[in-house]
Amino acid sequence: MTTDADTDLESQIARWRSYTLRRRAMRDSDADELEDHLRGRITDLTEAGLRSDEAFLIAVKRMGRLDEISREFAREHSDRLWKQLVLAPEPDGAAAGRRHDLAAMLVFAALAAIAVKAPAAFGLGLGGEAGFYARNLGPLTLTPLAAYFAWRRRTGPRTLAVMAALVALAAVGANAYPLAADSQSIVLTSIHLPIALWFVVGAAYVGGEWRSGRRRMDFIRFTGEWFIYLVLIGLGGGVLTLFTVGTFGAIGLDAEPFVESWLLPCGAAAAVVVAAWLVEAKQSVVENMAPVLTRVFTPLFTAALLAVLAAIALTGSLIDVERDALILFNLLLVVVLGLLLYSVSARDPEARPGGFDRLQLGLVVSALLIDLLVLLAVAGRIGEWGFSPNKTAALGENIVLFANLAGTAWLLLSFVRNRSPFSRLERWQTGYVGVYAAWVWAVVLVFPPLFAYA
Amino acid sequence: MHIAKDLVAASAAPLVLGILAEEESYGYAILKQVGERSGGRLEWTEGLLYPLLHRLERLGHIESHWRSPGGGRRRKYYRITDRGRAELVEQRRQWDAVVEALQGVWTASRSLDPTVRPALEG
Repeated sequence: MTTDADTDLESQIARWRSYTLRRRAMRDSDADELEDHLRGRITDLTEAGLRSDEAFLIAVKRMGRLDEISREFAREHSDRLWKQLVLAPEPDGAAAGRRHDLAAMLVFAALAAIAVKAPAAFGLGLGGEAGFYARNLGPLTLTPLAAYFAWRRRTGPRTLAVMAALVALAAVGANAYPLAADSQSIVLTSIHLPIALWFVVGAAYVGGEWRSGRRRMDFIRFTGEWFIYLVLIGLGGGVLTLFTVGTFGAIGLDAEPFVESWLLPCGAAAAVVVAAWLVEAKQSVVENMAPVLTRVFTPLFTAALLAVLAAIALTGSLIDVERDALILFNLLLVVVLGLLLYSVSARDPEARPGGFDRLQLGLVVSALLIDLLVLLAVAGRIGEWGFSPNKTAALGENIVLFANLAGTAWLLLSFVRNRSPFSRLERWQTGYVGVYAAWVWAVVLVFPPLFAYA
Repeated sequence: MHIAKDLVAASAAPLVLGILAEEESYGYAILKQVGERSGGRLEWTEGLLYPLLHRLERLGHIESHWRSPGGGRRRKYYRITDRGRAELVEQRRQWDAVVEALQGVWTASRSLDPTVRPALEG
């Protein structure tokens, strides 16, 4: 009988405690303290002759509403409403695990810095042969990142073998072809090789489960957050550089050679790993930034694109496809795709179609219309141009992105009209990742021989 | 008897410091002590006591440590620091001044309204 009442009381206290911990201003230690308080009062009340369940009810009632208590706590601890990522001390075993992780991250960041500086030991300095770093920046900085994830995910030997083979292939693609330093192909390789290797990082990130759509979507989320962190670290690094050069300049020392040959390359290479570690560490602590930015910029980009369309319709002037126009419109499609992807990544697939989905449909359709005009103009003049590596790559990319967005527009339309579930759009996007991978690897490996290393 | 909220809040810190100056204690015991000392007239809420304890700890007037009273639970004990004792002395001076001024006022006004009795004795 007593034990029954005891277990009952324990479960009631446990439930009360979990309610307490739901408040953001309350920490574990506060819940411990309040629980001790509650138990003290319950003991007093039972000693005065009450049954334990009655004592519990009165003790809870006396303590007052949790809302009010937590408001008082929040007033004293307003800092707790800001989730702290790196500096928050954690009790118990979590701290040790995190320190371990931090140490591993530092090792891999150091490896990245060494990898970037190692070629200098063989006479391939930054100031040396210009083409070397352009071709090898991807393999040098992203291999340590892939290795970091392979270590973190305890990747199996099969995946490791595939990753190693791809990195080796990338190194061959970068260095085996006889590309002149001023050729178009070398520019294409130096742009596409890092992206190609990013998919190897992805394989490591998903721990070998690259067929799973969910894991692919995780990697897409990771990519967005990683990029944001990298940009932020880059801004901080810029400030650091400025101060270093400025203060040493003030005491008559020239720090620029050190900054150029050590601080910048090593810092940038290490930042690649540090940003990845930050994303991993904060995953569940901080709101994802990419979807937030998406929300802000989707209406703005839609308005801008509609304005362009209106201007074309009103003036009747066609898009000038001279020179860099195609690249510009490729970038536009990439931005639109990014806006789409990061709102898809944050959307609840169960939610009903809403205003934002219609807005996105408007964004995608107007981007497609503009791109269609560009493609028509390009098709008209392709004979004039001939197929140079640059133009072929730009055109190919445009078609790859156009196909994706056309599919997206179709799926969004049927979703908005309640004809198909949102998850189909998600599957379309995660499935399409394979197409990007195939395309960039083709540009790196097939294009140079195809165009006679031009 | 109901004591105004402002007065409860103003007297809370010196009361806690005074209780902890006698011996170290924990939240529930402090709350009970306050009740006993005031004859049940001062009733603090947990929402007042714990944030106050945390604030005093942040200011360095008291310090805390966890102890286990048994049964796998833990209890947070608070102890006054030297800085807290200095603060208590300072608070006491201020309160003495206030009480003295009030008592002067009470005696002067007693002739006007004999039902008013000095409430802040001792």
